[in-house]
Amino acid sequence: MAVRIVFLGPLRDLAGVAERDAPAPLDWATLLETVGPQLAEQLREERVHVACAGKVLADKTALLARDGEEVALLPPVSGG
Amino acid sequence: MARKSRCCPRSAVARLALSGAADVRLLEAGLSVGEALAAFNAAHPQAGGVASFLGKVRPSAGDSPVKALELTHYEPLTLPGMEHLAEQARKRFALDGVLVWHRIGVLTPGEGIVLVAAAARHRRGALEAVDFLMDHLKSAAWLWKREKRGIGWHWIEPRAEDHAALARWQ
Repeated sequence: MAVRIVFLGPLRDLAGVAERDAPAPLDWATLLETVGPQLAEQLREERVHVACAGKVLADKTALLARDGEEVALLPPVSGG
Repeated sequence: MARKSRCCPRSAVARLALSGAADVRLLEAGLSVGEALAAFNAAHPQAGGVASFLGKVRPSAGDSPVKALELTHYEPLTLPGMEHLAEQARKRFALDGVLVWHRIGVLTPGEGIVLVAAAARHRRGALEAVDFLMDHLKSAAWLWKREKRGIGWHWIEPRAEDHAALARWQ
């Protein structure tokens, strides 16, 4: 088991994949290391949100994903 | 997304049945406006008025023709978020009913992207609810949109006007 990282929207282009697995547990610092400098820079931006286990985190730096949980990286949205 | 989705494979069936006061869907294909609005109208006979808005894929962005538009979503968040939004609108504008249908996948110019409708006792509530829903869907729903024009795909981000439009309701 691991943590699955899901890349949405333009972040998927940057990552080059839709999703990837990382060892659990996954915290904010480890997430930034795992995704590499280019994506880490994006993730630090205020307008990029992070969801863990289906809930958007109010404070993404408090991320702590456990075994089997999914972490979604959510760039600015554009629907309608 | 590759995972199995809670979407409706078809936009409408011969005898379209709407679910309760709020009918919220993510559609993988087609968006049958006439059928949807007829069913919505029939489902809310007590309403004094129904307002609706259909958002479509535009044929061009500036001088470049748009060849296609793709909408992606995130299963655990997108539909629950839209359901929450519909419920907010229903309460805020005292609606008899609300319909929020959004397409995902690849669309071509002229195709419907989003259909919202609101049924209320009086027109003001219905019209304002539609405006409220669209402002939120544009920049506060978990959807990502990109256009194929020129040589490649271009991600669309909400414009400053979209954020300003959203702020009106806060």
